[in-house]
Amino acid sequence: MTSYDIVIVGGGPAGLAAAVAARDAGVESILIIERDKELGGILNQCIHNGFGLHTFKEELTGPEYAYRFEEQVLQRKIEYKLDTMVMDISHDKVVTAMNRTDGMFQIRAGAVILAMGCRERPRGALNIPGYRPAGIYSAGTAQRLVNIEGYMPGKEVVILGSGDIGLIMARRMTLEGAKVKVVAELMPFSGGLKRNIVQCLDDYGIPLKLSHTVVDIEGKERVKAVTIAEVGPDMKPIAGTEVRYTCDTLLLSTGLIPENELSRGCGVEMNPVTSGPFVNERLETSIPGVFACGNVLHVHDLVDFVSEEAARAGANAARYVQEGEGAGEAGEEVRLVATDGARYTVPSTIHVNRMDDLLTVRFRVGAVFKDSYVSVYLDDERVQHMKKRIMAPGEMEQVILQKKQLAARPGLKTVTIKIEAQ
Amino acid sequence: MYDVIIIGAGVTGAAAARELSRYKLSVCVLEKEEDVCCGTSKANSAIVHAGFDAETGTLKARFNVRGSEMMEELARDLDIPYKRNGAMVVCIDESGKDGLRELYERGVANGVKDLRILDRQECLAMEPNLSENVVAALYAPTSAIICPFMLNIALAENANVNGVDFFFNTKVEALTPFTCEKCGEPVWKIRTNNGEYRARYVINAAGVYADVLHNMVSEKKIRITPRRGDYCLLDKTAGGHVSHTIFAQPTKMGKGVLVTPTVHGNLLVGPTAVDVEDREGCNTTAEGIDTLIARAGDQVRDLPMRQVITSFAGLRAHEEGGEFIIGEAEDAPHFIDCAGIESPGLSSCPAIGEYIGAMMKEKLGLEEKEDWVGTRKGILDPSALSLEERNELIKKNPAYGRIICRCESVTEGEIIDAIRRPLGARSLDGVKRRTRAGMGRCQAGFCSPRTMEIINRELGLPYEEITKHGRASRLVIGRTKGVEE
Repeated sequence: MTSYDIVIVGGGPAGLAAAVAARDAGVESILIIERDKELGGILNQCIHNGFGLHTFKEELTGPEYAYRFEEQVLQRKIEYKLDTMVMDISHDKVVTAMNRTDGMFQIRAGAVILAMGCRERPRGALNIPGYRPAGIYSAGTAQRLVNIEGYMPGKEVVILGSGDIGLIMARRMTLEGAKVKVVAELMPFSGGLKRNIVQCLDDYGIPLKLSHTVVDIEGKERVKAVTIAEVGPDMKPIAGTEVRYTCDTLLLSTGLIPENELSRGCGVEMNPVTSGPFVNERLETSIPGVFACGNVLHVHDLVDFVSEEAARAGANAARYVQEGEGAGEAGEEVRLVATDGARYTVPSTIHVNRMDDLLTVRFRVGAVFKDSYVSVYLDDERVQHMKKRIMAPGEMEQVILQKKQLAARPGLKTVTIKIEAQ
Repeated sequence: MYDVIIIGAGVTGAAAARELSRYKLSVCVLEKEEDVCCGTSKANSAIVHAGFDAETGTLKARFNVRGSEMMEELARDLDIPYKRNGAMVVCIDESGKDGLRELYERGVANGVKDLRILDRQECLAMEPNLSENVVAALYAPTSAIICPFMLNIALAENANVNGVDFFFNTKVEALTPFTCEKCGEPVWKIRTNNGEYRARYVINAAGVYADVLHNMVSEKKIRITPRRGDYCLLDKTAGGHVSHTIFAQPTKMGKGVLVTPTVHGNLLVGPTAVDVEDREGCNTTAEGIDTLIARAGDQVRDLPMRQVITSFAGLRAHEEGGEFIIGEAEDAPHFIDCAGIESPGLSSCPAIGEYIGAMMKEKLGLEEKEDWVGTRKGILDPSALSLEERNELIKKNPAYGRIICRCESVTEGEIIDAIRRPLGARSLDGVKRRTRAGMGRCQAGFCSPRTMEIINRELGLPYEEITKHGRASRLVIGRTKGVEE
């Protein structure tokens, strides 16, 4: 069986940044396994701009952003395999993969970095009633058809869900000559970035109907019409509010789900809130030497944060390989708790004596908060209290923890992040 | 002129076709859809019922019990998945116990083997996730689960290999009897959207349209009402929630909402029962899905309904009399009905086929072919191979090394086989039903563009003509701006 010090599952933005960081930390033997025909992951179909404002201080398209990292991978001569599907990761880090030329093969990995990304929630998972004709696509599938294959899924479009890909596709379809009639969003707030609502809907006069959902799909062969209705506070449609839109296409942008089949098979403990693995301050899962980063860990809003997080995972995996599992006395474990509006934190545990001087903790809120405070408590004492003009579920939030502050409290049990009105 | 024309390529038509393919006889199947298994056969509970439910002495009881006996061997011959997982009819109220006893006795009278009444403790020992309220259950160990698509496809494929012609997108518009000048026998002229066919015998296996065809030729009218059933299919992670098929106690509208593992490892919850007018009206409804969510918990607790990956609806071909109508129409010689084939139709289809075969053999004095092949090799499932075997396969055919559907781990090799084999797939749903590509938790989000690419290459179909399920179900409408062909 061949072995590599680090096997990275996924050659998208997370996998590429992790690989670069691991190599820069001194690990020679690295393999990236990518299932598509090229590196870059989903960025390859995201041909709009707006990527890289944090990382490169300029606005790049998805493929351009991906290429910045691909270049670094190529310059460092990091090995990768394309068109290769990882079939299984065992508890003891044997990776089984398959492709056309090598067949099915196994690799013993010193460390594994999970960077598989996420997938879209399909219509079936939403229990939308109606027929099941052609013309119902998840926004990402439509994006692939338009931007990669060069085919138009339809010409009159209704979009359910205001996730970023749905918003981007509203504009993209419009530019390609389609008529986007409405974007319906079940929640009373959008799941996407504010800037996308402005640039992709408002600029093109596409209405966004919050607290609305699809209650019927007509058409036995191809979509003929979609009926949307307003929902009440119980999320149930309100009778009498139905509006029928004739259309030939329904796009769905109703949420992303981290793609963790391999992680589950491997046996890592999963966080039911994020649908990603629980990780510690090193972005290490419950299995030592198995790390996670990017959208497989929790769905991000900006790729810049994916790259930053993945670089940390890469550096930590390198340290794991170089120092061995026992290195760096783990010491006491502090639990991170998200409550009162904060939905989760990444990481979810911290070993104080192993953490960096500053540790970024990312989280999302569960509703829209205006003029509220993000507070951090070390056990019962509030140590941070930051006013935020607005926080929304579509955008990731962060706090930065200082090692010296945590280390100054021996016996510390929990760090709590909550949203407070005052 | 064909000796026999079968109308309808669902499980009944396909089973009859396969039985008739044993004989020296010219047979064809006319199907209005683009593929086999497009009506009632594609959306049902996927269960081979033991046979205790139907009234003793009915055709339903007779063909169900016989079909259930035949199915295991048939599945082996046709290389399709089948699992005898057993069924439990769960009684959650002391007052239901009499009904359970009745069902037991009916089952015994129908000839169902090994039936047993279980007490509460036995029930919970066998199925820990049964409702707290369970008081007893009827246990039928001979009940089984099967893949209805693969059964239908395999029956048709096998019939085709043995000489039966299939004509798709061919809808029967009129049936006219006349007398053959040569033989003096009654024969049928069949007008379709694709020209005229002639046959000495017509077998009506038209599902929810069987009454329409029957009533074209007979004064003894029958009436089929499409009875819609909504289903929810749950992710494979929920597939182990129960291991047996769990029924509620039956009512006059049907067997109630059941919970069952599928032969592929998902969990299926359904169906509802609503009579509808539209014979193509297989739309799910909010009420239907709500009913399922509300009722599913009656027999089974903690059902993870959040793990639904898709919902769908099927139409049962319910005839007013509530009985299968099988046999030659009284006032229409050489017109043979297989009508009103609702549940337990899937379970009964091998026996119905056998009966039709025997009937035609007697009527026509048929001789068996010497070269009839009753077995068929299914699409290879690489996941059943060892690492070495799999590598050997990929070396021979690299397409088996490329995963197209990642949820169900379907390779390009399987999809190519599904397209190239007899009566091969021509649409996305055709590929899906043959290989399971697109049936997993992402519901074809990932694989549909890739499957389209393979269909385009294999069949030479332009993208604009690739459909989800035939006719106008086109997937894309044309090129984006500025793409040069």
